[in-house]
Amino acid sequence: MDRLRSPEELEAKRRSIAESRDPEKPCITICDGTGCHAFGSGKVASAFKEEVEKQALESKIDIKVTGCHGFCERGPLIVIKPANIFYQRVAIKDIPEIISKTITKGEVIDRLLYTDNTGNKIIHENEVPFYKKQQRLVFGNNGYIDPNNIDDYLFLGGYSALSKALTSMSSEEIISQVKSSGLRGRGGGGFLTGMKWEFSRNAQGDIKYIICNCDEGDPGAYMDRSLMEGNPHSVLEGMIIGAYAIGCHEAYIYVRNEYPLAVKNAGIAIRQAEEYGFLGKDILGSGFDLAIRINRGGGAFVCGESSALMASLEGRAGEPRAKYVHATEKGLWNKPTVLNNVETLANIPLIIKHGADWFSKIGTRNSTGTKIFSLVGKINNTGLVEVPMGITLREIIYDIGGGIPNGKKFKAVQTGGPSGGCIPESLIDLPVDFDELTKVGSMMGSGGMIIMDEDTCMVDIANYFLSFLEGESCGKCIPCREGIKRMREILTAITEGKGREGDIELLEHLATTLENSSLCALGSSAANPVLTTIRYFRDEYEAHIRDKRCPAGVCKELTTYFINDKKCPGCGLCIKPCPTYAITSDGKGKPVILDQKKCIKCGSCYDVCKLGAIIRN
Amino acid sequence: MSIEVEQPEKKINSILEKYEHDKGLLVSILQDIQEEYNYLSKEAIMQISQGLDIPLSQVYSVATFYKAFSLKPRGRHVINVCLGTACHVRGAVRILEAIERELNIKSGDTTDDLRFTLETVNCVGACALGPVVVIDGEYSGQMKIDKVKPLLEKYS
Ligand SMILES: Cc1cc2nc3c(=O)[nH]c(=O)nc-3n(C[C@H](O)[C@H](O)[C@H](O)COP(=O)(O)O)c2cc1C
Ligand code: SF4
Ligand code: FES
Ligand code: FES
Repeated sequence: MDRLRSPEELEAKRRSIAESRDPEKPCITICDGTGCHAFGSGKVASAFKEEVEKQALESKIDIKVTGCHGFCERGPLIVIKPANIFYQRVAIKDIPEIISKTITKGEVIDRLLYTDNTGNKIIHENEVPFYKKQQRLVFGNNGYIDPNNIDDYLFLGGYSALSKALTSMSSEEIISQVKSSGLRGRGGGGFLTGMKWEFSRNAQGDIKYIICNCDEGDPGAYMDRSLMEGNPHSVLEGMIIGAYAIGCHEAYIYVRNEYPLAVKNAGIAIRQAEEYGFLGKDILGSGFDLAIRINRGGGAFVCGESSALMASLEGRAGEPRAKYVHATEKGLWNKPTVLNNVETLANIPLIIKHGADWFSKIGTRNSTGTKIFSLVGKINNTGLVEVPMGITLREIIYDIGGGIPNGKKFKAVQTGGPSGGCIPESLIDLPVDFDELTKVGSMMGSGGMIIMDEDTCMVDIANYFLSFLEGESCGKCIPCREGIKRMREILTAITEGKGREGDIELLEHLATTLENSSLCALGSSAANPVLTTIRYFRDEYEAHIRDKRCPAGVCKELTTYFINDKKCPGCGLCIKPCPTYAITSDGKGKPVILDQKKCIKCGSCYDVCKLGAIIRN
Repeated sequence: MSIEVEQPEKKINSILEKYEHDKGLLVSILQDIQEEYNYLSKEAIMQISQGLDIPLSQVYSVATFYKAFSLKPRGRHVINVCLGTACHVRGAVRILEAIERELNIKSGDTTDDLRFTLETVNCVGACALGPVVVIDGEYSGQMKIDKVKPLLEKYS
């Protein structure tokens, strides 16, 4: 492929791609994102290809393997285009029938359809309740793109924003568009992207850098990886536009170590973009040059923080530094540097293409656009959802997420990862945007949204986040290194029934110290999960401390397992799973017997008993 | 004897050359060596320090800072139990404890026969299947305590 040397050549290329594609030809898109892959979609995809070959149908059917579609809960997913027929939980054995019925005769296979909670079978992807209330501007294209084929991206209009920016916009105009779009960083801080670009553009120096933050350290979030894996060119296009706007010729993508597929797909995308002339020298004949390199992180949460990330890029241990001087002036190698999150960058082509006005009408006044959340935990429809800012938690949890599984009661939703907080049921009508989440003591963060039900212990959750942060604190400054450890020790003691009166106040005191004196945001926001759980679930703390009781039955030291003799028919299902042989049978038809001395409270019996005969409290 | 000692040295040299002895790429260099030998030996760390002309302490500081590096040999199979928030609320800790009991090691350790190394990870992107255990890159979802033993038996 020869490099495209002008916007005209790009459009000609786009036309030739369109002409080579028949819009009526059935295309089976198979999701092979991480979630579906774990359900076996890789094997389903290979089997589809084999079957098509075997029946010599290559000229009649296209097969496209894509990144995450969002509805991971029902994987492996396939969507048959152009009719948009949506099949879920597809197995290898279904393949011949899909080809002989749906593809050849246009018949829909009932058993593969999604059934909504009223028992209705749903045929088309866009009618599935999970997708209905979403507005998938950034994430929606994942379902149409083979991430290793740049032509798929071009076919959907890809790189037209870049071409527009390079030919008809000055860097000031680009920055002013991004500013007035109101786009705020999706990586956590919510800083105005246009402002950041402007600072960096105005900073002194010939050499400037732009870095894409794909470290995604929030332990319950996976949208950045899914974007990078599923639609890497949208991120590249955003980066190239940003680089042009600030006057940068060297850029980096910093990818979390645990994301090999993101590294691979980003690498392939970069090579293809170079071949086509979207990267390298004289991009689209504009005279602008840019090279993008990929750097793998080493597996440290703190490296998502701006100055730590740059230290890591320079080959050092990722320790943050004090920010008297901003990275936009002195960042990587002491040069002006813009650091942007993956999702932030993927929004840029949309803004350039459709204009700041269009963008700023989506969402709320101070939080424009959409946000991708990873809706996970105790929720029926686990997956990635993209919604306009301002949508309520209730709509996300019930209309999109389908509510709480197993008839359990919703208790709280955690947003913002380890820096965020837990929001209780009483605030379920809260509109979700940067400011509203901050007001209730949590934050947007990168977009983790973990749903918790009555079986989740809030003290345990606070303890969980602090243990995580204790391990991830870089140790450079004392308030964070020691403060988190002390708070975690107090919390662990509470969960073990060793809590004392005054512990809650002590936690609050330590939290203030952390907030005021930590060097970076890891430390200064570390107390949020504790503070919000104290604020909204104080009674649970008190039950642990005063009554030595864990109401959710999670904290082992405060929980006892026993058999409800009235409910236990003596089926014996729980005997084998018990690792310590604590349960014995007293003869058929009689309730089993649990030896408290042997019980290690592992919960195996509780998991297998479907009759509610194992009680834990 | 001498061949065995020479080979890693050569390999490490070629990795250093691939990165043009660039100090800034220390993390990537260590990653390549870790991938090759599944841990960073004392000899390797000393050779890198000389090859890049940076203090041994600096290589050591980076090698111990990041989770990706191990200074001890690791097992033939690496078990990663996801302790991400979504898996946590679905009881991942109980799964980890069950594996610890089964292998008689703690998280972070390797069995004496070098069969398994047990580690934890935060969110592997398959929250829908939580709790998730990943062994050598293969995912096992919706883990239950009684699924632990049969799962481990598949690996020798
Ligand atoms: C401890 C810590 C971890 C962070 N982790 C990430 C991360 O994984 N991904 C990310 O994009 N931003 C992360 N951030 C925020 C970044 O420092 C930075 O604000 C962001 O990448 C800027 O991009 P944005 O303006 O596009 O959001 C983290 C911040 C802190 C303090
Ligand atoms: S606040 Fe914590 S992570 Fe940040 S610099 Fe201090 S010790 Fe390191
Ligand atoms: S991985 Fe298939 S929908 Fe998310
Ligand atoms: S939290 Fe375990 S896979 Fe996401």
